[in-house]
Amino acid sequence: MININEVLETNKMIEKENLDVRTITLGISLLDCIDSDLDRLNDKIYNKITKVAKDLVAVGEQIEKEFGIPIVNKRISVTPIALVGGSACKASEDFVTIAKTLDRARKDVGVNFLGGYSALVSKGMTKADELLLRSIPQALAQTELVCSSVNLGSTKTGIDMDAVRLMGDIIKETAELTKDQDSIGCSKLVVFCNAPDDNPFMAGAFHGVTEADAIINVGVSGPGVVKNALESVRGETFEVLCETIKKTAFKVTRVGQLVAQEASKRLGIPFGIVDLSLAPTPAIGDSVADILCEIGLEYAGAPGTTAALALLNDQVKKGGVMASSYVGGLSGAFIPVSEDQGMIDAVNAGALTIEKLEAMTCVCSVGLDMIAIPGDTKPTTIAGIIADELAIGMINQKTTAVRIIPVIGKTVGDSAEFGGLLGHAPIMPVNQFSCDAFVNRGGRIPAPIHSFKN
Amino acid sequence: MMKKTIITVVGKDTVGIIAKVCTYLAENKINILDISQTIVDDYFNMMMIADMSKAVKSVSEVSDNLDKLGEEIGVIIRCQREEIFNSMHRV
Repeated sequence: MININEVLETNKMIEKENLDVRTITLGISLLDCIDSDLDRLNDKIYNKITKVAKDLVAVGEQIEKEFGIPIVNKRISVTPIALVGGSACKASEDFVTIAKTLDRARKDVGVNFLGGYSALVSKGMTKADELLLRSIPQALAQTELVCSSVNLGSTKTGIDMDAVRLMGDIIKETAELTKDQDSIGCSKLVVFCNAPDDNPFMAGAFHGVTEADAIINVGVSGPGVVKNALESVRGETFEVLCETIKKTAFKVTRVGQLVAQEASKRLGIPFGIVDLSLAPTPAIGDSVADILCEIGLEYAGAPGTTAALALLNDQVKKGGVMASSYVGGLSGAFIPVSEDQGMIDAVNAGALTIEKLEAMTCVCSVGLDMIAIPGDTKPTTIAGIIADELAIGMINQKTTAVRIIPVIGKTVGDSAEFGGLLGHAPIMPVNQFSCDAFVNRGGRIPAPIHSFKN
Repeated sequence: MMKKTIITVVGKDTVGIIAKVCTYLAENKINILDISQTIVDDYFNMMMIADMSKAVKSVSEVSDNLDKLGEEIGVIIRCQREEIFNSMHRV
């Protein structure tokens, strides 16, 4: 039988160390909504989402109360809209109407984010893909909580550099259209290499075409729990350090597995995966950077950071994999800047640069995340940053992503305020040398060779 | 079938905490299977394992009631289904 110390340990994690389930994300396929008539398509999309997701929030709240574990977000992901809207949308404005429908459906079922205003263009763009990409700035400006993502490359296909170049412009335009809110539109837009089909986390969640009609994916969290566990092993060897992380990750993930199974049972929708990511929030004590400091660094970004993050990420997976029957999504430590107070402190102290963050993304999911850069950064430079990050993913057969925010009207020394879970971010300097001739070449980078690994 | 829940009480020790919680449970046909307690940092920590299979109210309702009762006595009372602890601490 359970003993009092175990009960107190669990409740201490929840009350003092910010243990929570970060999100229950309901993936919904919209493929059966496809119609050549735009109005009919919008109606079908609205009806399907509101029907499948009608109990999501209520069930989430029930589970929260019965188990005493906070479930911070209830979210929805849908089939990439470029596929769904292809036959009805003749112009970018047509796609924007779908974005508005998604936002309305989201609001009516009471979830806080909906992802899937997306296109998969890792090898090339269809007409519909391009129309969707060009509609993103308006779609994000005219909706409240719809998220957009674009898969621009993969290990199997290489990188679509035409789309990368275009996304440089799109990100800049999205920033312009939301400049009165520190360009917040860009916080809802992420580009990927090797995007997973079952990611429950925003802004990159979409319901992949390989998925069933509806599916429950759960994202756990718990940087504060790991940090606290590590406080008790200060000065111990790497063996002890790694064992402690593994055990903690196991416990945290088991909660996610339980919540996923309960949600699946109560909603009558199959359980997909648990995503083992360590996801920070701007709250004090909920920081991945603080774990790195606890491992032994003065600040995130100090020499040793990449190694510390690599071991952290690997141990979280080792501990988590056994705790869940199906693991998927991004599964790794997230290192967003604005959403992690320890990362913000590291940037302000001069310890952390974009270049070091790029190195860190080689060993963890997911990429350059929630990084504010000067508003006058050129679209070609943004495209260059994206190309670099995607190349890391392509060559290393992992997911990488870029969610970068050129904050219009602000520059290095200023700070951008996004509010809530999105936090705030110091504007980081960007390398000023040009990559125009590189990103303007056109075409695509071929798929990499899978042998002769070095 | 048993429907086990874990009820925890944390707070400054005063007269009658256990009595009040037990009275509430009895009134609601909730059977106590086990009680243990400990003092951590001068705080009174009590845990009850209770069977709610005969209870008329749902776990969330009981949880709300106990929450309120806790406020009245000046302690924190939580009522959680046992599964969360089993999944975390048992392989």
